[in-house]
Amino acid sequence: MSRPPEVGPPPGAVPDAGGPLGSGPAAGLPGGPAAGLTRGPGAGAAGPFADVGLVRLEVSDLEIRLANAPADVVSEVSFEVRSGEVLGLVGESGSGKTTVALALLGHARRGLVITSGVVRLDGVDLLHLSAAELLAVRGSKVAYVPQDPAAALNPALRVGVQLREALQVHRGVVGDVGDRVAEVLAEASLDTSPDLLRRYPHQLSGGQQQRVVLAMAFACRPSLIVLDEPTTGLDVTTQRHILDTVRSLCSSYGVAAVYVSHDLAVVAGLVAEVAVMYAGRIIELGTTPQVFGSPVHPYTRGLLAAVPSPERAEVLAGIEGQPPRPGRRPQGCSFAPRCSYAIDACLPAPPPPALIGSRLVRCIRTAEIQAAEPKRAQVIAAAAGSPAPVLSVRDLAASYGPSPVLSGIELAVAPESCLAVVGESGSGKTTLARCIVGLHKDWNGEVFFDGVPLAAGARKRPKAVLRRIQYIFQNPYTSLNPRKTVGQIVSQQLEHFTGLSFAERSARVIGALREVSLGPDFAARFPDQLSGGERQRVAIARALVVEPDLLVCDEVTSALDVSVQAVIVELLRQLQRERHLAMIFITHNLALVRSIAQTAVVLSEGRIVEAGLVGDVLEHPKDPYTARLMEDVPKLAVGAQAG
Amino acid sequence: MDAQAGPGGPAAGPAGPAAAGARPRGLRRYQWLATLGAASRTRRGAVGLALTGIVVLTAVIGPFVTPYSATASLTVPFAKPTGEFLLGGDNLGRDVLSRVLEGGWLLLLMAAAATAFGIIVGGAAGVSAAYLRGRVDGLIMRTVDVILAFPQLVFALLLVSIIGPKLWLIVIAVGFSHAPAVARVLRSATLDVSERDFVKSVELQGVAPARIMTREILPNLVSPLMVEIGLRLTYSIVVIAGLSFLGFGEQPPAPNWGTMINENRIGLSVNPWGVIVPAALIALLTIGMNTFTDAIARVAIGVERPPEEAALIDDIGVRERAAQA
Repeated sequence: MSRPPEVGPPPGAVPDAGGPLGSGPAAGLPGGPAAGLTRGPGAGAAGPFADVGLVRLEVSDLEIRLANAPADVVSEVSFEVRSGEVLGLVGESGSGKTTVALALLGHARRGLVITSGVVRLDGVDLLHLSAAELLAVRGSKVAYVPQDPAAALNPALRVGVQLREALQVHRGVVGDVGDRVAEVLAEASLDTSPDLLRRYPHQLSGGQQQRVVLAMAFACRPSLIVLDEPTTGLDVTTQRHILDTVRSLCSSYGVAAVYVSHDLAVVAGLVAEVAVMYAGRIIELGTTPQVFGSPVHPYTRGLLAAVPSPERAEVLAGIEGQPPRPGRRPQGCSFAPRCSYAIDACLPAPPPPALIGSRLVRCIRTAEIQAAEPKRAQVIAAAAGSPAPVLSVRDLAASYGPSPVLSGIELAVAPESCLAVVGESGSGKTTLARCIVGLHKDWNGEVFFDGVPLAAGARKRPKAVLRRIQYIFQNPYTSLNPRKTVGQIVSQQLEHFTGLSFAERSARVIGALREVSLGPDFAARFPDQLSGGERQRVAIARALVVEPDLLVCDEVTSALDVSVQAVIVELLRQLQRERHLAMIFITHNLALVRSIAQTAVVLSEGRIVEAGLVGDVLEHPKDPYTARLMEDVPKLAVGAQAG
Repeated sequence: MDAQAGPGGPAAGPAGPAAAGARPRGLRRYQWLATLGAASRTRRGAVGLALTGIVVLTAVIGPFVTPYSATASLTVPFAKPTGEFLLGGDNLGRDVLSRVLEGGWLLLLMAAAATAFGIIVGGAAGVSAAYLRGRVDGLIMRTVDVILAFPQLVFALLLVSIIGPKLWLIVIAVGFSHAPAVARVLRSATLDVSERDFVKSVELQGVAPARIMTREILPNLVSPLMVEIGLRLTYSIVVIAGLSFLGFGEQPPAPNWGTMINENRIGLSVNPWGVIVPAALIALLTIGMNTFTDAIARVAIGVERPPEEAALIDDIGVRERAAQA
């Protein structure tokens, strides 16, 4: 792995832009609540941003609708970003954050229309430009960094060609194209040797690919850069480096940036202001210390409570349910159906924006909510299991063809306890899980289940063993047969492993669905009618319905939103406790480990580098690799600093 | 399969009813019905269905409404159309209209049987080759390559000229000549489906491969299967009519559209209707079938999600891909 050295400022060096909490001159702001959606620049003189640059981007009353149905996707969205600052646009899937991000480039996806509003960049309204003018602006004044760098780069063109492309299209923006390419590579902390320019995208690591995309975005020195979850597919360490690069680029060159993410922890150390979106509206907008230190809107509070922390063993609280889709949004506050503070007054009309300090909140019960302190329950540590392990692995080595993936793996899972297997992508953790359950057959060593050695492939194992070890797949979008109903999916195992009658099977299926908090009516639904979280619940029900003794969960939350992840992890934790299951919980997210596991092993490049009780591993890591992983986990530290 | 349709009360779970829950369930149960329905609602599909319908109705109802016997000589050879004989006479002075009405049903029946045979043989070969991999895959696909080397019509002619013009033989020969192409298409479709996690999850239970292929994989192949059925049906009609034209089908004096074209082409300048009408019916049928199949294929590709939903689901999609990587 050749990772270029990082030049960004250290992670703690965010300019702390926010003033003391709740002390802003609330009443003195111009306009009052109705007109005050955008905090006027006039307030800036006395406000916390006096020493930051000019307003570069100004969005007001943006409204985006479905093209062929009378439903709004995004409405009443207003915010400002100053030069050198990053605004975080946060929300669950379907909240409209990506739609807003694209509108900043004057673009609406197929099926959507920007119906009204202003997107003013350096004084020019992008929504009123002609197609040719927009072309000239995109890439030179506004740049976009998409989610998946592998998909954003053309696999058939060398990196150098793609980097030069934007500069050649926008002639005159910079002087010499070759010089600028070398310059921007250095700015994006990439290797400036000509060798890199000659490579193809697939010859770069994920982090390097994302840096190349960042370099392309910064090539023409834009005024605004829109980043759409640019670190979602990356490891924590790479993610931190990318975030550092973004931060230093924006502050050094006075670029305004909008950073879209579903993960509050990711934006915490990066952005100066946060706009939390729900159902197409900004429901809370304030400085980072305000929003993270003392969130007011119940949705923001929910999102923050869902973020796991490696430092505390807490019960994760997610947000049940899912955001309403356009056209199905309630008349009143769209969060009311999921809100524990909702009262009848929330239902007739959407709440107007209210000012608390210098922040905006769309909620009518802010006073009551602020009075109620959010509490997080601590996980009561389970007693260590009895000596005889349910599963023990001795000297396991696995390979894919000639290339070795795992070697010298030793681990044991005590009955009624949960073992976490942690590692970055490529560390071999999924292969380990697949060896244990019998999907991967190419391994040597010994795996004992209940004292009996296991054969390599599932087909060679006795039926009883297959029933007792259950596996939950990473991706609930591919693990459920799209042509079967949920009832058929869950009862399939029962049919195979037990001789139960149809009526008995039906009763068990309904029971299993109820255990994962799904109603009996879900049995008749098809997987594509379910959200990601609901699908993963179905997968859990399918595993539990045959009463296994060992549950292997492979990155079961990595395809889900943070808020849903919390719900699923908490569900698994409870089920494991209630049903006295042994569990192997595989994850790349160290922060999750505390909430669910009692023991942990850390995998790196196919070897176990650290093993022990969760508390010991996380608090006193002996191996430098574990220590680095812990350091790189995004933390909600900003709130704590400000508070 | 057992469908545990629970009491349809309000959702007991904390998560409210899924957004897409309003979709009519009757249609969703049988995906092929839903796809057919959606295809016939497109303009392309409606035109195809109408053309096909005209010809199929002619062939099916025809035998019951013939004005005269289809095999009796009633007028002079190649008589011009008159009020009595609307389409005139054929080479032996038989009524062209009666022969047209009577001469379609067997052709359609044979085409359907040949298609069914080809789809079943080819489908079974393609799905097992893709799912079982290894030696089975090699054996099946090399056999397929060999059969594909023969032109379809030549292959059928070869068999018929060795064994004789038996109708069952024509059905099997034509059907068998479809099998390689069907196997190819379904093999690639199965390769995609069999890599998905839901197949792995059933493998982990130790379920037998045959059961996995029929219960888990096959339901996911409905769209390519329907396109193949439509396409192969068209080819079957053309090949069987062609064989009849060459004299390897139903034997005279039985009426048959393919045979009629051959019998009456010498009198084309005297009474062209004996050639034009059966030829037009075959042409309409193939064009209609092809158009409808095209509509099915388009619906099957675009059926995933309506655009307004797709726009909102994009960001999930990428994370999904990232998670898979």
